[in-house]
Amino acid sequence: MNGFQSALHPAGPQALHIERLIWLFTGISAFVLLAVTVALLWAVFRRRERRDLAAEPRPPELRERRLGRVVGAAVALTVVLLFVLLTASFATDRRLLDLEGREQLTVHVIGHQWWWEIRYAHGEPARRVITANELHIPVGVPVRIELTSPDVIHSFWVPNLHGKQDLIPGSSNAITIEADRPGTYRGQCAEFCGLQHAFMAFLVVAEPEETFDAWYERQLAPAREPGNDQARRGREVFLRSACVMCHRIRGTSASATYGPDLTHLKSRQILAAGAVPDTRGHLAAWIADPQGIKPGARMPITALPPPDFQALLAYLETLE
Amino acid sequence: MSASEASDLRDGPALDEAVTRARLEHTWRRPEGLWGWLVTVDHKEIGRRYIATALGFFALSGLLALTMRLQLALPESHLVGPDLYGQLFSMHGSAMMFLFAVPVMEAVAIYVVPLMCGTRNIAFPRLVAFSYWIYLCGGLFFFISFAGNTGADRGWFAYVPLSGPEYSPGKRVDTWAQMITFTEVAALAVSVALIVTILKQRAPGMSLDRMPLYLWAILVTSFMVLFAMPAVMLASSFLIMDRLIDTHFFNQAEGGSALLFQHLFWFFGHPEVYIIFIPALGFVSSIVATFARRPVFGHLPMVLALIATGILGFGLWVHHMFATGLPRLGNGFFTAASIMIAIPSGVQIFCWLATLWDGRPVFKTPLLYVLGFVFIFVLGGLTGVMVASVPLDLQVHDTYFVVAHFHYVLIGGAVFPLLGALHYHFPKITGRMPGERLGRLGFLLTFVGFNLAFFPMHILGLSGMPRRVYTYPSGLGWDGMNLLATIGAFTLAAGFLVFFLNLLLSLRRGAPAGDNPWGASTLEWATSSPPPVHAFAHVPLVRSREPLWEERESLPVVTGLRVDAREVLVTATVTAEPRVREPSPEPAIWPLLTALATTGLFIGSIYTPWAVVWGTVPVAVTLIGWFWPTKREQRKEKATEHAPGLAEAGA
Repeated sequence: MNGFQSALHPAGPQALHIERLIWLFTGISAFVLLAVTVALLWAVFRRRERRDLAAEPRPPELRERRLGRVVGAAVALTVVLLFVLLTASFATDRRLLDLEGREQLTVHVIGHQWWWEIRYAHGEPARRVITANELHIPVGVPVRIELTSPDVIHSFWVPNLHGKQDLIPGSSNAITIEADRPGTYRGQCAEFCGLQHAFMAFLVVAEPEETFDAWYERQLAPAREPGNDQARRGREVFLRSACVMCHRIRGTSASATYGPDLTHLKSRQILAAGAVPDTRGHLAAWIADPQGIKPGARMPITALPPPDFQALLAYLETLE
Repeated sequence: MSASEASDLRDGPALDEAVTRARLEHTWRRPEGLWGWLVTVDHKEIGRRYIATALGFFALSGLLALTMRLQLALPESHLVGPDLYGQLFSMHGSAMMFLFAVPVMEAVAIYVVPLMCGTRNIAFPRLVAFSYWIYLCGGLFFFISFAGNTGADRGWFAYVPLSGPEYSPGKRVDTWAQMITFTEVAALAVSVALIVTILKQRAPGMSLDRMPLYLWAILVTSFMVLFAMPAVMLASSFLIMDRLIDTHFFNQAEGGSALLFQHLFWFFGHPEVYIIFIPALGFVSSIVATFARRPVFGHLPMVLALIATGILGFGLWVHHMFATGLPRLGNGFFTAASIMIAIPSGVQIFCWLATLWDGRPVFKTPLLYVLGFVFIFVLGGLTGVMVASVPLDLQVHDTYFVVAHFHYVLIGGAVFPLLGALHYHFPKITGRMPGERLGRLGFLLTFVGFNLAFFPMHILGLSGMPRRVYTYPSGLGWDGMNLLATIGAFTLAAGFLVFFLNLLLSLRRGAPAGDNPWGASTLEWATSSPPPVHAFAHVPLVRSREPLWEERESLPVVTGLRVDAREVLVTATVTAEPRVREPSPEPAIWPLLTALATTGLFIGSIYTPWAVVWGTVPVAVTLIGWFWPTKREQRKEKATEHAPGLAEAGA
């Protein structure tokens, strides 16, 4: 899975521009470091008549002028190299703006302690998808991500696609990303935001336009009616327990927005913003003991009798 | 006047040499025992204490770092939970920056600067004593709070709103903010004393153009402290006011600004790096000159580079904020400024290389640390150019790449020269030579361990590992590098251990040092090792940039300072011509008492705003005691009056 969250494995034009810049800077830096190291070793190890502390310090002679020319040349070369780097940096910075204004899709990403709320913008309110911790985008389409935070500062970062942009309470930032090949890329909050900063991750799933459209349609649908008795019982358990205080499942009366929307919980690959994969076992553990999995998370323990617990799990498993 | 003239005793040909020394010894001596220890105003004693305390905090903060490295050695480790980890990295960063790096540089300066200036004591020695006590109290308070589970846990930067009243209830952030206040007061006090010592107490003849590079470095640093520290004091005071008395400086909902905190913090935070790093450049210049056996090449460009660094250092702070969504054009200017600061650094590196090339380098431990410094610092400087670029920084900001970068700059750029300087000044401070074999072993371990610990972090950062995470999932390709970094961290710690063990052993075993064991050129080596309480029996007269090389055996002196009262010679700022004989303060308990009263006020204010009101009473009382005029201290005379020796020196 190496390269799944890496600035050195670009999957979009933005990250590619930056990666090229990284290699340019690295190349020139390596050259300078090598040159200085060689000069240093030569300076101290070249052959000399005497080396001891009693040696009279030689007063500067005419040689100073020759030394001065060498030092001056080195400084001039430094200035030239720095100027090259500066120009390259500005050029890349401009290129990062190429996609701006050409976006065909806008997504509001809201950072919470410690998960990501994702709301697709659409002219019709009924066609706005709301999900969490998993951002789907069509390949080859510039997507505008609008970033806000209701609590503390977070930072949106998917290294395979672009650099980071902070989410600052009280103001809104935006970043444009584009993936030019399908794949799943991991992103993570990059600004320290409290106890679970380490597990405030999300996935970006880049897929061909048709696949994305199909996904979008599925996400728009309300939750499916449970198909068996156990799952129906599980829905009742959900609706009369503390779950409804924070979560929404469209198609039911649960409509709170404090926590992630669970309407299509099982269509996602991760739980608890990347703390665990979205499997039945991890889901059970997460509900039974959220603090054991993600200490400090806002999710409280929901104590349920075992049959209710099993029923709840069965219901949640139907939320595809 | 005749009565006073009769009692006045001055050094000079008229007074026997042995009597002079005995009298001076008597005059400058502090009382014996614990009382004397508490009241001392001798810069050498305070400097030693300051160095030892700073190294103590260095060790504590280092242990915190090792704990973090243990936790991160393996993915999904449960050694340390998120709450403790938050405290570990916050305490580590805050203590390293505020309780170790800045204070230790000032500590060495407190010891070395007056000797290098050729004066008998630092300017405002009571203020320096006060600074030490305040620093000690602040540092102890910070670590005791940690032991009591109220250690800082919002990073060394404590960004709002995370550190604000809503998201950080409890007292943890308040202890952080007040620790800042303590160290700021201490740093400002020392800076004032150092600036005045360097500008007004240089030996006669040491005009500005003959001033050693180390003194220039400390002068630039001290001015930077004066301009940078008030910004962070404002930030931490606003923060504590938001938290304790419901102001809204940083509350967006009430018209405050979260970004204001970042601007204030980094307007201090970036110069802070140079405040740590510029004194280290001074160490490097001293060591290079001594061990390459020739003056540093390009004295004038070196001085200009130091000053340029000091000024440019204030124009870079926004490169810590490129991801916050500031206007792009503005970011561009900060990129240019940040890249530009590489030029003065380059000038200095090239001048040292030229010095080493042209000289006859003698491989003693201090020089080894300087060679290590050049390699590590150049690498750290180059990654600094990388983070100055906006697009590049957007990828590496707040990742392990930045952790690698600033450890290269701070450990390579500052701690390596510091270790070299401690080894270099050890004979002067203790009178004993430090061991060479263990010294070299220590260097080898620190150099290898350092690169092993921090080089992999560059790759980790580019591979997407963010900073300040208490753990990470396996499968992201980070496991091996993290393990390597942990192994390196322990090797580095072993290196530090060997280094300090060597110094401790040499305290007893070391060969007697003599006045100038390294054959150095500056004035601190003109007196005995360790120096007597009065530092110099006669004030040296400087006639060149390298006084001990030009006039090795017969350093000329000026005479005419009193031997029966504490006096220092004040000279002209630029030309260093003798101007005034200034009384130097006697030992006093007031600095300690004032520091304790101030500590009470600072700590009390965390719990009740009324502490700021009532706490001023003891502070006022102790300050009145401190400044109560005594007859003796009102006397100030023109230097040349009744002192023919000084008149000759001026001519």
